[in-house]
Amino acid sequence: MLASGIMDEDAGSMQRMIDCGAGAIVTKSIGIKSREGYANPTVIELDHGILNAMGLPNPGIEQYGEEIKKLKRTKVPIIGSIYAADADEFASLAKKMQRFGANAVELNVSCPHAKHYGLEVGCDPDLLHDIIKKVKGPVSLPVLVKVSPNIMNIVEIAQTIEKAGADGIVAINTVKAMAIDLQTARPLLANKTGGYSGKAIKPIGVRCVYDIAQAVDIPIIGVGGITTGSSRHPDHRSRRDHYWGGCHRVFHGRCFSCPDRIRCVLPWS
Amino acid sequence: MNRPLITTVLSNITEATDIKTITFRSPGDVKPGQFFMIWIPGVDEIPMSVSQITKNVIGITFRNIGDATQALSQLQKGDQIGIRGPYGNGFTLHGKHLLFVGGGTGIGMLAPLVWQAKKKKLSTTVILGVKTKDQLFFKDRFQRIGAHVLISTDDGSLGYKGFASELAKDIIKKERIDAVYTCGPEQMMSALLSLCKTIPLQASLERYMKCAIGICGQCCIGRGLRVCVDGPIFEGKTLKKIEDFGSFHRDAAGRKILL
Repeated sequence: MLASGIMDEDAGSMQRMIDCGAGAIVTKSIGIKSREGYANPTVIELDHGILNAMGLPNPGIEQYGEEIKKLKRTKVPIIGSIYAADADEFASLAKKMQRFGANAVELNVSCPHAKHYGLEVGCDPDLLHDIIKKVKGPVSLPVLVKVSPNIMNIVEIAQTIEKAGADGIVAINTVKAMAIDLQTARPLLANKTGGYSGKAIKPIGVRCVYDIAQAVDIPIIGVGGITTGSSRHPDHRSRRDHYWGGCHRVFHGRCFSCPDRIRCVLPWS
Repeated sequence: MNRPLITTVLSNITEATDIKTITFRSPGDVKPGQFFMIWIPGVDEIPMSVSQITKNVIGITFRNIGDATQALSQLQKGDQIGIRGPYGNGFTLHGKHLLFVGGGTGIGMLAPLVWQAKKKKLSTTVILGVKTKDQLFFKDRFQRIGAHVLISTDDGSLGYKGFASELAKDIIKKERIDAVYTCGPEQMMSALLSLCKTIPLQASLERYMKCAIGICGQCCIGRGLRVCVDGPIFEGKTLKKIEDFGSFHRDAAGRKILL
């Protein structure tokens, strides 16, 4: 399963991932209005992973709806990732994702580098509770909430998510990070800071999933540092929960069938 | 490693009005048609196809059209930039009688390929299409390596008056052409593609790029073809199946924009 932000800006790229064997697709995080994101450099490879600060670029929900509609006839579940600053906007986006034919929604409350969005929403339990309640009301789709490793109260946040009625927790988003070029003494990313992904963060993800699993009963989807099908940790496939993928993740939720047939979904590997 | 290698600008040459070439030390093997992500610290990072390949030196040729190219055009010998790459697939030469069609700054990146073709002693005809004669560059360079050079200007200030694709039509009709190589405005390349019929064509595409390593999806066309990794050179038969070719690109937000 592909994590949000990888090859998912238009119907064609999502279609290619489906052709490659992806068991499900999570869309790019979509907001109410279009957003250009940050200037380049937005993505840089470091010794043990990838550092990025895209800045939530997206064409806005209405134009993105056209891309999802083109994929509607596929059997592969489409999970619509959405971001917003308040509960009403989240609810409106979720309703639209449902109307466009998404099979579930993922609330991005964990992007580590966008002002007013993402992590700034996801570390406030009251706001998060309000958002989930408002989204669950008008939407019949499963609602997943993607959490950040960059918080000290991940267990409290997970419990809030469960109490508010969400159907699952996705853990984790990227780890807040920065890299500086020594020769020019400048940050490598235009946004200066960004989120770190790749193999190096897998143990961070595993710890977060473990901590969350001790505290809630809803399904958990592990993301982060998953680079092969065998990156799944059998010892963490406790209960009815469910894994993984960083660049791709395998997911056995109660909403989806087990994608045993998943092959390598990384066309660049 | 896909992070900028800091390098020093070796020269900054004015080719024509608003068109410059900057050179830097080659980081290794580079093929005609490949590109680098050029980082101008504090400004931007943009993809630039190479317009000069020698054993030790790489050149990029660009028109001053935005913040990044403005900053690039002001760089002097000794200034530092970051380079990532080379990226992309590059051209492959087929046949003996070759036609090269460059439009605007697209002319620049065809130069290393024409040079490679001449080195293999292939027959090369080069069409250089520009809006007006002040924007013409590399004519002498192509002539020096022995290519047959034809010029078109939109305003008729030099050579054929009209589009490069119209001039190409005559050549394709009259002469034996085994393959066509092109870079320039997409409408021009799209017109060429429909002229080519059975003649194989390779075109270099440009799209807004971010990661350049095939993961972000920003530059995708058709069924998930990544211009940064699967391209930027595409075969005519592939382009025929891509609806957006010649009509749409996507901006930084992923919105479809008419070309």
